[in-house]
Amino acid sequence: MTRDGENVVDVENLSKVFGSLKAVDGVSFQIREGEIFGFLGPNGAGKTTTINMLTTLIRPSGGKAVINGYDIQKHATEVRRSVGVVPQEYTADEDLTGIQNILLCGDLYGIPRSDSGPHSRELLKLVGLEEAADRKVSTYSGGMRRRLELASGLINYPKLLFLDEPTLGLDVQTRTAVWDYIRMLKEEYHMTLFLTTHYLEEADSLCDRIAIIDHGHIIRVGSPSELKASIGGDVIVVGVQEAGPDISQEIAGLPLVKDVKKSDHEYRIKSEIGEESSIQIIDLIRSRGLHVTKISLTKPTLDEAYLEFTGRSIRDEESSKMDAFKQRVTMMRARR
Amino acid sequence: MADDLTRSTVTAQEQAARQGTEREKTFRAAPKLNKSPLHGLWALTNRDLIKWYKNPIQLIISLVQPVVWLGLFGKAFNIAALTTNISGVSAAEVDLASFGTSSYFSYLAAGMLAFIILFTAAFAGMSVVWDRRFGFMNKAMSTPVGRGSIVTAKVLQSVVRSLIQAAIVLVIAVVLGMDTAYFSVFSVVGTFVMLFLMTFGLSSLFVMLALRSSDWQTQMAIINLLNLPLLFASNAMLPVTIMPGWLKTVIRFNPVSYAVDGVRQMLLGTGSSAVSNACTLLKDTNCYTVLAPVWVDFAVLVAFAALLSALGIVLSWRLLSK
Repeated sequence: MTRDGENVVDVENLSKVFGSLKAVDGVSFQIREGEIFGFLGPNGAGKTTTINMLTTLIRPSGGKAVINGYDIQKHATEVRRSVGVVPQEYTADEDLTGIQNILLCGDLYGIPRSDSGPHSRELLKLVGLEEAADRKVSTYSGGMRRRLELASGLINYPKLLFLDEPTLGLDVQTRTAVWDYIRMLKEEYHMTLFLTTHYLEEADSLCDRIAIIDHGHIIRVGSPSELKASIGGDVIVVGVQEAGPDISQEIAGLPLVKDVKKSDHEYRIKSEIGEESSIQIIDLIRSRGLHVTKISLTKPTLDEAYLEFTGRSIRDEESSKMDAFKQRVTMMRARR
Repeated sequence: MADDLTRSTVTAQEQAARQGTEREKTFRAAPKLNKSPLHGLWALTNRDLIKWYKNPIQLIISLVQPVVWLGLFGKAFNIAALTTNISGVSAAEVDLASFGTSSYFSYLAAGMLAFIILFTAAFAGMSVVWDRRFGFMNKAMSTPVGRGSIVTAKVLQSVVRSLIQAAIVLVIAVVLGMDTAYFSVFSVVGTFVMLFLMTFGLSSLFVMLALRSSDWQTQMAIINLLNLPLLFASNAMLPVTIMPGWLKTVIRFNPVSYAVDGVRQMLLGTGSSAVSNACTLLKDTNCYTVLAPVWVDFAVLVAFAALLSALGIVLSWRLLSK
């Protein structure tokens, strides 16, 4: 249905009001086919509420969203058929086996067992759970559960997969493994992925584009490098041995260099691409007969960009009792 | 050497190609979907039933209570023994006039069928609460399965469970000495149709009350609040004739009473002329009387089940999404 490069998700002015709380306040964004799009924001920023609206779990208070060509309000059933959802919680039934859980999901989509039977085995193999397929989920570790959720979300051949906090509470090894699966889905199956996270490094390493969301507003949308670049670029510090002629002007004239400051034996240079500029700067300094004593290159982190945009570090906000409980359960189970 | 290299390259390519097709299989075009509004209903029902029969301890514990009631209370409450010393009065006639059947035990056994169904149905809402709490409900709601199916599956699993448990209680009661004089294929089938209607209505009621709740303590409170009045303000445990007038009125509005009344008439023949003959013989003013003719019992239960299940389906549309 969607042609290459077309928007898989088209959200316009979407909002959700709970009582007096504006959980999502008029967000608009597009997701292109084949990209990993991330919602980055603190707890209570409106990430899960947005996902719940897009996956038709809750009705929007205002605005419009079209997914895979279907309006989420007018064609909810078609939207549900065409997307996969991996919720924040571990939703698998602990009393059933891995394969029973994934088959149940297939049944809920109306997929005949003749198809979901072999398909579920393939999916479990894909996430490395074929050995554990016939074991009860209560014996699974947190990472295995997360992978099972991932496999369950793929049973209906979705073109678009929603992942809500896919690595919440996981240890570093498991988190890296989950990231690998997510990248594989994009690269080898050309799936479009929409994930929410409050881990900055996760957004940085996975996402093609990030929307920073806070208090129900999208503050900024861009690729991780764009977001980082927008706060000034890489910082190169070059030390020179003797106080020679001031060549600040010449350095400033180099391509990509945005700003140069000189102190005693040091030049502090801001550049769009630090790696390229540093070579040119060294060449330039040497050609003036000066000796370079040291050089350092610092990349701005997404943390800094995030702080610049939200004004604060990521923090925990008051959330509802229910959400807090769910999150605790998720983290508790993840650590098992 | 060069050959080796070429060969290994080809093998690698072949492998990649093979892997490619394997993966294409995994992500091949979606199959034809079952789009009927009832798809997934059985899958959801079966999920709860698997959880139930894979955990027999739960079944055994739920059977303990009615069996203890039957075995201890039912056997201990030997009212006929109080009167057998009076000359000219036989124990059988006293029991027949008081309970409409040959013993209080048989009388209570029919009530216990309602008891087990009432308590099983009450917990139908509990599994809704757990599913909400642990996110399964959200997962199910993000799939195209019908909202009505989610609710109906909860009702159906409770119906199946309570009927199986009622059957077990009936067998135990017969083993312990329940009067089987009026048992026939017709009366047993009729009994289970009545119990089905009762559990269908009650399960719908309790599932409905749990739809918006994610707090199991509240749900427990609701169960206790409703269960004991439904049980004691009915004819399940004691004959209505000995109760005060206001309670008699309340009992007429309790659907459980109609199920118990119907089951007693069919399984124990409480509406037969033998009962009224015994009353005449004893000149008993508190003679056992049926609540309503069997067909009225049926009609009340059909209306009860239809009303509550329809209400449940309608509410599931409104309450399951926020």
